[in-house]
Amino acid sequence: MKDKKTSFWSSPAVAGVLASLISIVVGLLLGFLLLLILNAGAAVSGMGTMLTAGVRNLDQLAKVLYQAAPLMLCGLSVGFAFKTGLFNIGASGQYTMGMFFALLCGIHFQMPWYVCLLASMLGGAIWGVFPGLFKALFNVNEVITAIMFNWIGVYFVNLMCANTPDMLAGSWGGSSNDRTAALSAANPGALLPKAGLDKLFAGSTWINIGIFISILFAVLVWVILQKTTFGYELKACGFNRDASQYAGINAKRSIVLSMVIAGALSGLGGGISYLAGTVQYVMLKNILAMGFNGIPVALLANSNPIGTIFSALFISYIQTGGSAMQPTFSAETINIVISVIIYLSAFSLLMRGVISRLLAHRNEKTKGGAAK
Amino acid sequence: MTILANVLSLTVIFAVPLLLVALGGMFSERSGVINIALEGMMIIGALAASFTLQAFDKSGFGAGAPQLAMFVAILVAGLVGMLFSLLLGFAAINLKADQTIGGTALNQFAPAFAVVLTWAIQGEGLTTIQLPGWLRITRDTLGLPEAKNPQGFFNILFFKYFYLTTVVAVVLFIASYVVLYKTKFGLRLRACGEHPQAADSVGINVYKMRYAGVLISGFLGGIGGIAYTVAAGSGFTSNVGGYGFLALAVMIFGNWKPFTILGASFFFALFKVVAAYNSSLSFLPKFEGLREVSNLYQMLPYVVTMLVLIFTSKHSQAPKAEGIPYDKGSR
Repeated sequence: MKDKKTSFWSSPAVAGVLASLISIVVGLLLGFLLLLILNAGAAVSGMGTMLTAGVRNLDQLAKVLYQAAPLMLCGLSVGFAFKTGLFNIGASGQYTMGMFFALLCGIHFQMPWYVCLLASMLGGAIWGVFPGLFKALFNVNEVITAIMFNWIGVYFVNLMCANTPDMLAGSWGGSSNDRTAALSAANPGALLPKAGLDKLFAGSTWINIGIFISILFAVLVWVILQKTTFGYELKACGFNRDASQYAGINAKRSIVLSMVIAGALSGLGGGISYLAGTVQYVMLKNILAMGFNGIPVALLANSNPIGTIFSALFISYIQTGGSAMQPTFSAETINIVISVIIYLSAFSLLMRGVISRLLAHRNEKTKGGAAK
Repeated sequence: MTILANVLSLTVIFAVPLLLVALGGMFSERSGVINIALEGMMIIGALAASFTLQAFDKSGFGAGAPQLAMFVAILVAGLVGMLFSLLLGFAAINLKADQTIGGTALNQFAPAFAVVLTWAIQGEGLTTIQLPGWLRITRDTLGLPEAKNPQGFFNILFFKYFYLTTVVAVVLFIASYVVLYKTKFGLRLRACGEHPQAADSVGINVYKMRYAGVLISGFLGGIGGIAYTVAAGSGFTSNVGGYGFLALAVMIFGNWKPFTILGASFFFALFKVVAAYNSSLSFLPKFEGLREVSNLYQMLPYVVTMLVLIFTSKHSQAPKAEGIPYDKGSR
């Protein structure tokens, strides 16, 4: 019994979870400190709002689940690339392309929702090909390609939307042409089904089957990485490219495929988020933030697909809390908390090492005590 | 001719932030630390300088001695940017953390912090820090008589968008070149980015050199931030329009070398200006029947960067040891 306990505490997974929890606690503490500095009187109630708003009522909880779905997919995307030794900072561009492909199919071609979702994966995958190919063929750092393609994606999508007039709100009874049409007006069949969940959540408009699709994909990614030869090859390539090549793995193919899959995941995130019918895409000259938020999701989960389910729910939860803090505090406070979490994750390896050493140390001590 | 003068002077004013920030990135990367946090450093520098300028405006000091006030603000931007870059240095050098992730954290932090602080200081929902109106260098500042023809080519070229940041950029560009290539410090810095083990073996402190590289990038990045805000002209809105990332492209395009970076920053700035003013430039193809053509022009610099990277990556002169934390034990 005791041996089992010791091995539990010294397993790397536990150290990883502890490291993530420490990152979260430190992030929240610094966030609280910031609130204290900015407005000491409202800091406690602000922090309370941040931490409880997500479960205050069913509508808020539905919103947490709604936001968690694309976050989870972007997190899976970033995490999947991490496993192959690639940093997918292009999740945002892939997400944008996924959104565009989904809406193109939904509004312009009047397709049902499942076709739109497949299209969104295709869109994301196309945008994932570029960083992969550039890395494999020309040895261009994937971070640079991805950053460039984030911007190219925004302008490309804006250009395409503007030149497909029947995609815009103006053609479907909307007032302004700076955004895509509301799906409920253009093609209700493209909306993600609610499957009776709205009754469960007191008629909330946020809820749909998106969160279940995301969880399904998290499990799917876990199976690919853990149970298939293909996944093993990708991971081997991530650990040591030269060694994997020596062992007969086609490293270039692995890089491109990994980025394509990562892109498809982010793209699906874009599809799920915009096929919910709660938001319309507004043609701004900004990069959508969702893809970037996939980075902390993946880091917090230590790139583990199953862990991603929980980290996405957590990030979505505090983001919902952040919006509820307005107008006393800016919702951006949450991004500061998240940035602290990312910063700490940057040296999570170090932290994990320290934690497992501490745990091992403690175990030795207790053992020593028992011997006496 | 008036349009040409406008385009040229705008190109200069937008090339300034790109040049400064790309030079900053160059110092960091040639010392061996990948710096994708340039965007964040720009935002923090611009934030500090904007508040400084606002304070000078309120106290009346700014209107009395505008260029001195601007100089102090530029210095503040640089120093605060430097302070911020310490965070990257600490993670990348002391803790040997993943440099790209550390940089991403800084990029996430900066705009959020800027919004939160602006809200706290200016009040709810007021997210723009207005810049005072006395920043521009006019003929009057230089003691020149009024222009005979205010719409003349040279008057527009030199004085329509003339700010102290342009002068500072020229000085810092020359200084960067000299420091990097003509001093012992520059040689040592470059050695740390190419082969830190060898540098260490001849007694160079790699950690110190890398800190120096990161701090210089913070200094230049911060100044680049206020240079962008001044160029953009509509006050500071907690972002720098992605110029930090663009500067990263400029640096790579410029092959980590000052003079090519100078050329690359003008190239990118020209594209940006053409994209913004494409409707009033008669010589550009209009693409009849296509709406929102500006998107096409805005896409171009990024597309061209990718094309250039394809052809130059084989001969890329990227510092060999960039991105790899230096561990004394692994020598």
